[in-house]
Amino acid sequence: MLIELTDQPIDVAATIAAVEAEGAGAVNAFIGTVRNQSTGRPVVRLHYEAYDAMALHQMRLVAEQAQEKWPMLQKIAVVHRKGTLEIGHVAVVIAVSTPHRAESFTACQFIIDTIKKVVPIWKKEEFEDGQVWVAAHP
Amino acid sequence: MKLKLSLFGITKEIVGSSELELTAPDTQSVAGLMEQLRTEYPKLRELTSCAVAVNSEYAADEYQLHERDEIALIPPVSGG
Repeated sequence: MLIELTDQPIDVAATIAAVEAEGAGAVNAFIGTVRNQSTGRPVVRLHYEAYDAMALHQMRLVAEQAQEKWPMLQKIAVVHRKGTLEIGHVAVVIAVSTPHRAESFTACQFIIDTIKKVVPIWKKEEFEDGQVWVAAHP
Repeated sequence: MKLKLSLFGITKEIVGSSELELTAPDTQSVAGLMEQLRTEYPKLRELTSCAVAVNSEYAADEYQLHERDEIALIPPVSGG
């Protein structure tokens, strides 16, 4: 299991390679990237802040939950970026490997969806005319 | 007792610091601490949610805090 939080650019190929396994006929990866707009407003860049120790702990718990739900999961990799990211930069990579493809898709989706709910990482969107912490206000 | 809190994201901006030390009653729950904080920093009430983590785990409202707990405020997360 590869669980990592980094302020350096994520090596996508290395993260995917980390889940390759001889028993796995399927590797599924989700790559989250910084897009140039949010609810119609042009985004200049993003700033990610993390509660490092807890974020790593929660990322590991989510991966372990996935392992319990899908015991056939061979390997799991979760790498999240922090710091300042420009448009197009990779913010997160989730990769899983399973014997067959169906569980690979669902496990990968479960992991990213759950991470977005529980892992203490915060995103601040920077616009031309200001900055907003995402999801903080109604 | 004295409690030490770590602050992140918007809670850091509201409080104006990444760490906060405060004095709480000797038996203080997570819910009680949040009420204490919301009285001191009313802007915390404007958040969509604000959880409390103790020693890297989400803590329930009724959890009784201890002086040596590592406490953090967790405003709505937005990773990914």
